[in-house]
Amino acid sequence: MSATTASAVPRAGSPGRRALQRFLKHRLAVLGLAVVLLFVLAAVLAPLIAPYDPIATSWSRIRRPPSELYWFGTDENGRDVFSRVIWGARASLMAGALSVTAALLLGVPFGLLAGLAGGWVDTIISRITDAMLSVPFLILAIALAAFLGPALENAMLAIAISASPIFVRLARGMAMEAKTTEWVEAARSLGNPPWRIALLHVLPNIVPPLLVQATLSIAEAIIAEASLSFLGLGQQPPNPSWGSMLNAAQRFLTQAPWMAIYPGLAIFLVVLAFNLLGDGLRDALDPRARGR
Amino acid sequence: MSGTTLEVLDLTVTFATERGPLRVLDGISFGLPTGRTVALVGESGCGKSVASLAVMGLLPPSAAVTGTIGLEGREIAELPPEERRKLRGAELAMIFQEPMTSLNPAFTAGDQVAEALRLHQGLDRGTAMRAAVAMLEAVRIPEAARRARQYPHQLSGGMRQRVMIAMALACRPRVLIADEPTTALDVTVQAQILSLLDELRGGTGTAVLLITHDLGIVADHADEVVVMYAGRVAERGPVARVLSTPQHPYTVGLLGAAPRLDGPRGTRLATVEGTVPDLADPPEGCRFKTRCPFRIAICDTKPPLYDVGAGHRAACHRAPLEQILEAA
Repeated sequence: MSATTASAVPRAGSPGRRALQRFLKHRLAVLGLAVVLLFVLAAVLAPLIAPYDPIATSWSRIRRPPSELYWFGTDENGRDVFSRVIWGARASLMAGALSVTAALLLGVPFGLLAGLAGGWVDTIISRITDAMLSVPFLILAIALAAFLGPALENAMLAIAISASPIFVRLARGMAMEAKTTEWVEAARSLGNPPWRIALLHVLPNIVPPLLVQATLSIAEAIIAEASLSFLGLGQQPPNPSWGSMLNAAQRFLTQAPWMAIYPGLAIFLVVLAFNLLGDGLRDALDPRARGR
Repeated sequence: MSGTTLEVLDLTVTFATERGPLRVLDGISFGLPTGRTVALVGESGCGKSVASLAVMGLLPPSAAVTGTIGLEGREIAELPPEERRKLRGAELAMIFQEPMTSLNPAFTAGDQVAEALRLHQGLDRGTAMRAAVAMLEAVRIPEAARRARQYPHQLSGGMRQRVMIAMALACRPRVLIADEPTTALDVTVQAQILSLLDELRGGTGTAVLLITHDLGIVADHADEVVVMYAGRVAERGPVARVLSTPQHPYTVGLLGAAPRLDGPRGTRLATVEGTVPDLADPPEGCRFKTRCPFRIAICDTKPPLYDVGAGHRAACHRAPLEQILEAA
């Protein structure tokens, strides 16, 4: 999930090791990580954990309140809400992780290019970025998703495009800062070609802030996916998604509040967890920002 | 071991600025004899660093460079950028003033030394790393194998500068430009680093261009010296001659401003009166005339580099200065 855990065992004294130590001291962030991992586990193991088929309807158990048999109750078509919340984690986490990965792949190269090349290249990329950032994130995602057509893949693409300008701007700013450092000058004096400077010298140094932003962006992307699904632009019925479950639940808020409470709680928890994780990563990876 | 490794002729650098073209270097010429150290001295803003960046080919595209830069008889100023890039690190190398910030914080010392070798000699990771450790040993880093695995923040300033030198010399370049390599270091470490450079230069025949404003360093470590003033060469020649019998009033002023242990106690250090001219609007003729105590009418025309004997040249109409100095 994060670079600190991805790079196996960081070498003693390496930036990764020191960041890991700082991260582990941050209790709320560790809690956030635990909740995130819990949801990831639920999503991956959904077929094993979910007690019922999330799609199979049954007229004999419509809108049952939570019980020992149906922990989170059942919905208007007799489907088990607990099973649907578990399976819905797949759609939400996938939408979050995949769309943010795509946004990184889209935004970071343009940001590096703009920051390092400067001149008219920078002007063009920056103005497009500004234009995209001037439209609220969710509005842009809804507009793109409506244009692409209702499907989970299209929703993810729409979210990825809407989330990318923040990475362009972040990478550009960091690259401009790095460009003036003596170590970039030293890398140039060793005969590094521009692409090596960008990818091998500048990029590794700007990973920490990108990682923090990516974590926070996943939280936003999950909300966006839920919103698009709520509006019918994301996950299509009968496949479970927290957003579409909320949409179905609003008609039965008084009769069957559990239909809304559990998917809502899931969204709340996972978004909170990603935010806590992001804050913790920021404190761990950027010592300058600590003690706020 | 004789001959000239680097020959710079009539190098002019002009920056396009909002106020119009700014000629930062105005036709400077100097040579780097093989295996020798030439010091480039002058105050901040005189063009020392621009000259070194021009030789490296590291000036931004907004800088217009004219003149010739000959590397072992090969003209390199006009080479396409890609060819210039291949020279950097392989034939021309540079070390910087600030060892604290000139290493990439995200990589180990060994990785950074190995990079030059992988880049120019196509070595694989393992071979390059072993060569890097050998290089770190060559720059006298104790426990080189262990240090190679450490990150810049774990190394002291002197250690980092040694790593920089190892990076720069890894491919045995013909020319090493050292831009104030010891300004940021303790005096004791300073001496060690400079002796190390002298020693490595002797071993590889690398010509060193040492940029500094410390005349003590010039006296101890350079063979020749080029004194620059406001984008021009004021005076150049063998160190012993230039420092003992300076032939340009600016050099005389600089020497007067250098603290000495053998001078009488309690004397104030001399200063060069006035300020450096604005390069956007330089004075006609000699650029030092506004601050020169020996100024005469002819100083309104640009002085050539007069030959004052034994490879010693001075851009002063009044050179040789001995009679004037004695009279003063």
